[in-house]
Amino acid sequence: MTDAAWETLSNQAVAAAGLVYFIALLVNIAEWAALRQPEAARAEVAVGAGEAAGEAGAGEAGADRPGRRTSSERVAFLGRLGYLLTCIAVAVHFVALVGRGMAADPNRVPWGNMYEFTLSGTFVLALMYVVLYRRLRLAWMAPLVVGFVLTLLMVDVIWLHEPVQPLREALNSYWLVIHVVSAVIATGAFTLGGIASVVYLVKLRAERRAAAAGRELSGWLARVPSLDGLDKVAYRVHAFAFPVWTFAVLITGPIWAHEAWSRYWNWDPKEVWAFITWVVYAGYLHARATAGWKGRNAAILALVGMATLWFNFIGINYFSTTSQHSYAAPVVSIRGGSLHEHHGM
Amino acid sequence: MSQARGGAGSGAREDGRDGDGPLRAHHDGGVSAEGRPERRPGELNARELLRWTWRQITSMRTALILLLVLALAAIPGSVIPQQGVDALEVTRWKEQHPDLTPIYERLDLFSVYDSVWFSAIYLLLVLSLVGCIVPRLLVYAKALRSRPPATPRHLTRLRDHTTYTTELPPEEVLKRARTELGRRHRLRPAADGEDSVSAERGRLREAGNLLFHLSVLVVLAGFALGALFGYQGGVILVQGSTFGNSLTQYDDFDPGGMFTPDQLDDFDFTVDDFEVEWLREGSGAGTARNFEAQLSYRDGDADPQTYDLRVNHPLTIGDTDVFLIGHGYAPVITVRDGNGDIAWTGPTVFLPQDSSFVSFGVVKAQGADPQLGLEGLLYPTFEMYDGDPVSVFPDTLHPLVSMLVYTGDLGYDSGEAQSVYVLDKDNATQVTDKDGKPVRLDLSEGETAELPDGLGSVTFEGIEPWVRVQISQSPGKEIALVGVILALIGLCGSLFIRPRRIWVRARTADAGGEGDTMGATIVEVAGLDRSGNAELAEVLDDLVATLRRGEDHTDEKERSSR
Repeated sequence: MTDAAWETLSNQAVAAAGLVYFIALLVNIAEWAALRQPEAARAEVAVGAGEAAGEAGAGEAGADRPGRRTSSERVAFLGRLGYLLTCIAVAVHFVALVGRGMAADPNRVPWGNMYEFTLSGTFVLALMYVVLYRRLRLAWMAPLVVGFVLTLLMVDVIWLHEPVQPLREALNSYWLVIHVVSAVIATGAFTLGGIASVVYLVKLRAERRAAAAGRELSGWLARVPSLDGLDKVAYRVHAFAFPVWTFAVLITGPIWAHEAWSRYWNWDPKEVWAFITWVVYAGYLHARATAGWKGRNAAILALVGMATLWFNFIGINYFSTTSQHSYAAPVVSIRGGSLHEHHGM
Repeated sequence: MSQARGGAGSGAREDGRDGDGPLRAHHDGGVSAEGRPERRPGELNARELLRWTWRQITSMRTALILLLVLALAAIPGSVIPQQGVDALEVTRWKEQHPDLTPIYERLDLFSVYDSVWFSAIYLLLVLSLVGCIVPRLLVYAKALRSRPPATPRHLTRLRDHTTYTTELPPEEVLKRARTELGRRHRLRPAADGEDSVSAERGRLREAGNLLFHLSVLVVLAGFALGALFGYQGGVILVQGSTFGNSLTQYDDFDPGGMFTPDQLDDFDFTVDDFEVEWLREGSGAGTARNFEAQLSYRDGDADPQTYDLRVNHPLTIGDTDVFLIGHGYAPVITVRDGNGDIAWTGPTVFLPQDSSFVSFGVVKAQGADPQLGLEGLLYPTFEMYDGDPVSVFPDTLHPLVSMLVYTGDLGYDSGEAQSVYVLDKDNATQVTDKDGKPVRLDLSEGETAELPDGLGSVTFEGIEPWVRVQISQSPGKEIALVGVILALIGLCGSLFIRPRRIWVRARTADAGGEGDTMGATIVEVAGLDRSGNAELAEVLDDLVATLRRGEDHTDEKERSSR
């Protein structure tokens, strides 16, 4: 295949993946909608919710009460279908990445600019969700993750798309693989944790309101894990992501920066915000470990962290003067302005 | 098996685990119960309470707030140009915001990361960190020498516990427990007549925690060393020229606060050749890659060596690193005066203006009488487009210099240092033709133009490439790196090691006690997880399963209710 053919394949695969994500999102929304039922059916769905993976629990619970079987089975079926579609979308998404790497001459890892970085980031996020689906029982976050990935993919294709280009010289280093992969993995995990924290806050609020009104929580919120469970999932994912982020931002980043730019830490805006993100998440873990902040406060802190993370990822490029580094005159320098400007992280 | 656990159902236990129950407060206070089993959980004496309070206030919450303040304080530096990062941009910003500038200057907003207030935050944080770590080090050192605590009297009062009965004699159960727990736990030495096993693991969590915090100090020390004793210098070198490492040779030099010139390593190097590969087709056309400057260098009096200096591949000589960070063109221009004598010849560094590599520069022929100055642009691949000169490709395929000419006093007599990139035209006049129009010399490679009025001539001989090289010392960088790596190791330890205590008590049932068969053995298993995030219930289940391996499990009553 020619490079152009690979590039076309990649573009088509992105479109196809987007479409499948979209269908998966519809299915997942239908699943949530199916959870909105009359009073009578609620209790039994809530039992199914215990096994968040949906299938076994809902099936067994339904078996005890044959009359209510259908609705709960429908929920389980939609859940399974949504997961299957997401898996397919992730596979197609992967094809898009491979195509992107093969289209470059010489072939390279597909994260040389903002478009490719976003493509890789969303892929890793979706992949992590698919892989951790069972282990952490993430079925309840399906529409949120898929919706998030789909939105970012759309932003990516509409605003960030660039034709395949060779790597900028400063990016041409094996640190590109190590540094970016670890940063992307951490970003994906932080985002999963952030989604869990959002749901935590929403559920907390809904539960308080429901308690005030004297009724039971209904709809999809009844199905997500208990507040305690959400809190724990969020913590576990964050606890995984933080060391990876540390590795990406405070070890591989500076080593590479030293080799490429001659300074291992230059207070480049991207570095500053990576540092801010690190500090906020350090605060999150610190708060949980020692100050006993669990639940609401910790969740808010996690969201602040996620906001800084994504601001750094996309926002900072538009907010700060691009020449705010020693590599001021962008093209005089081989470094071509900030590395970060071009590859996103 | 029967799993009478905590009295409450699993849901309640789940919720309760993260609550601030008495046990949690007890253990988060770092007060261990060892040796005093009779004390009720949650009970603190005055000294412990004081220590607990001190820890809460002095370190944890303050540190947390300081951390968040540090994050906030770092923000301005990412949106306001920073002096140490880009002085030019700072000047530009100040010109555009004359009203804000005095306020910003007073607040040190152009050098946030060196400012008093930013330093104050992180120094306070360091102080808080030291105040937190030192006592904890002492506590930890003491805890390291201590044995696992004695078994609490009422294991069933712990949040996570399970009980079962077995036909095995208590001694056998305890023996199994010691073997099983002994694999991955430290055991409290068995005392005579003891009816329980006390096991502990995961004390390295706190070690990791301490290592992490101490490493932060190491990183800061390394960083400070670099800021104080390091330097950054830049120099533009035309192909063929030699750089000797002394202060006068640098174009720009940014030393740390305690830098001394005798730190400069004794070396010199020559740029023998510079090559770059331009992409001519595809969407990346016009971008360059494979920059490579061939250097021959001498470290002190050693024999000359060669090195291919490339991006991402700095040359290290002694404590000094040499980086390739930019390149451009230096047209070789010869200026002759009215007598035909050479007033100036040589490559002149022109600075690229944008990605087309159209470059600006000046030539100063001060040897001519009157002095001659040229100012203008170099077009690497010249073409006329709609009457305007443009460069269509950044490589030098068809180079052309287009320059205006000035004559008169170029300002050398004032004795002030001059920039080689700026022509002082205050006392010079522009050379014009007979019609009074400014003379513009458009010269392709090899061409010569005569200046009017017998002023002389200008020849564009050719083009030499130049490279911009960054030379720096960053002392302490290894210290900082080791610090971060240790911090990461400590961090992983503090996040993933789960400190846990597990107790197993086995005793013979009393007659009528708990409805069990007379003579059966009642086994209580309980655990305490201080990380608060482990699935302790499962751990206990596994332990019970192991302890009961090979037993007859047919007793319906003992089926798990989960």
